[in-house]
Amino acid sequence: MNGLAIEGLSKTFKDQIVLDEVSFDVDKGETLVLFGPSGAGKTVLLRCIAGAVDQDSGTIWIDGHNVTATPPEARGVGMAFQNFALFPHMNAFENIASPLRARKSEPTKLEESVRAIARLLKIDHVLAHAPRELSNGQKQRTALARALAAEPGLLLLDDPLRNVDAKLRFEMRLELPRLLAGREATVIYVTQDYKEAMALGNRIAVLEEGRIAQIGTAEDIYLSPSNIAIAKLFGDPVINLLDVVPDCDERGAFFDLSDQRIALDFLPEKAVGVPCTLGIRPEDFTITKADVPNALPVNIEAETPLNEKTVTLAVTPLGQELLASRPAGTAIHGQDSAGYVFNSRKILFFDSKSGLRMDNSHSNEKRSE
Amino acid sequence: MRHHTVLETWLRGLAIAVIVLFFMFPIFWIVLMSFQTNETILRSPPSMAFVPTISNYEAIFAGRLDSNVASMDIKFLGNLGNSIILSVGSVAVALLLGVPAAYAFARHKFRGSEDIAFTLLSFRFAPPLLVLLPLTTYFQALGIADTYFGLIWVYQLICLPLILWIVRGYFEDIPADIEHAYRTAGHGWFATFRKIALPLAMPGIAAAGLLAFIFAWNNFIFALVLASADKQPVTVGALAFVTASGIQYGQIAAAVVLSIAPTLMLALYAQRYLVEGLSLGAVKG
Repeated sequence: MNGLAIEGLSKTFKDQIVLDEVSFDVDKGETLVLFGPSGAGKTVLLRCIAGAVDQDSGTIWIDGHNVTATPPEARGVGMAFQNFALFPHMNAFENIASPLRARKSEPTKLEESVRAIARLLKIDHVLAHAPRELSNGQKQRTALARALAAEPGLLLLDDPLRNVDAKLRFEMRLELPRLLAGREATVIYVTQDYKEAMALGNRIAVLEEGRIAQIGTAEDIYLSPSNIAIAKLFGDPVINLLDVVPDCDERGAFFDLSDQRIALDFLPEKAVGVPCTLGIRPEDFTITKADVPNALPVNIEAETPLNEKTVTLAVTPLGQELLASRPAGTAIHGQDSAGYVFNSRKILFFDSKSGLRMDNSHSNEKRSE
Repeated sequence: MRHHTVLETWLRGLAIAVIVLFFMFPIFWIVLMSFQTNETILRSPPSMAFVPTISNYEAIFAGRLDSNVASMDIKFLGNLGNSIILSVGSVAVALLLGVPAAYAFARHKFRGSEDIAFTLLSFRFAPPLLVLLPLTTYFQALGIADTYFGLIWVYQLICLPLILWIVRGYFEDIPADIEHAYRTAGHGWFATFRKIALPLAMPGIAAAGLLAFIFAWNNFIFALVLASADKQPVTVGALAFVTASGIQYGQIAAAVVLSIAPTLMLALYAQRYLVEGLSLGAVKG
């Protein structure tokens, strides 16, 4: 098959498992975002694919070739490093030209290609400069240009926007998809920023402690995260978590919150009588009056604007903090004592002990081709 | 920009002058001595007023040492040539062997690599005299006593560990990602060593090479024991100036000046690379 296939990749550094049986496929031309907290093994995984780090076991296929034992220079990948890794003793032109020089490109064609990619990335005016004379943004663009220069079939981008300021990051987030679109390259993009992950990838693979915890589209992961940790990683403001023991009686499903019965329209069978963590996205809460039936009783503590949203912080009688968000500019009846109502179909049920989602769990599901 | 008062500038200049004078005075005095006769050197009290003469240099270049009692042949220029052959030769061999080895120790951690590196360093621990006796016996048995080859081999005890350990540190300081980037760009490991590791470690290699050269140049004991007259470097050759009829201070001074010259010139040449290293270092981070 074309693209990239990883089978059972494992890597241990001094008794510490960094990658644990990682397997996934990426189609030709697809962009897969590797997302996860720092230390999850994203960078090591990328380096294994590039050949910079040797895995302990597992197989790597690039465009149908088993490259597990192929040296990095023969894998035909382009890579941009988080810390740019520009060659300090060569100017920007030579940095970008280096993959073309390795492929013994014609001098005139080489010059043409370097200038074309530099123009595309808006660094054609600094080609004669040494890396130390470039701004951070220009360094990052030079590193990207170098990775793209030889038009590799597989492009590995290791958090390329990590070390640039917020404005540049936003600019590049808009530019990158356009830059990658015309290339038919398979792209693996590593990031720690969930917004970047959701904006750039066809699919997102979430790495947790060296394992693929979930792989799917941005929407999949947002709407049905396979565990609490992933639910917390995606979403801003962060998802609300409420520890309860839901139950079922002749009047239907419910849970108790400070002696108040909150009815549920929907309760997974497995959750009955079991300690559960309910995940409720802030945008799924609606603020009402305190005496509305099935509303969570809360006291509103503070409100703050966040990206075109107004975020409300409220506290339940048991002291749990719950966030609600709504489009900015919409008013609520100004009182401290209020109620949060929610659509129980949108609640995510997690097993409190294992942290895994309960209803038709997606955890560790592998994509079948 | 900081501004200094006149007094500060003046005091700073004075402090530098005192330090320079302190360190340079012996060399300055030797240079003065090399232009004097034994009589003016030995007069008491010493004075800086004298009529300069180049007779000392003439004697060295002519290879004849004339004292008031007798005259004898010296081969100081031959010794100088030997010093150059031995020092350049051993530094070249040590660089050829030591730089790739340093790279291997820095980049490829293999089983026992630390032990091997430490063993090489330990060559510097043993007092040279301790190894000289067995070495002399071996060298005579092998027929390489009193050859440039044998001497350059022994000089590796001085040069190789020095170069290996200094250059290794410089290789380790090169971010591994830069080398990874060059390899993923499509270049083989040897090209990466040549085009990335070597140029970036060049200041370290220059510094280590210079130090090794100075140590090799100043070595006395190995050459004294293992080399006969026609292979002796200046350090051993200078003993000839201590004659039965007295010590020829003027000629010794001239010889010292001549023997310092190559090292000094090399240091001035290598300075370029040392400074370049400082500016490259600014890229990191």
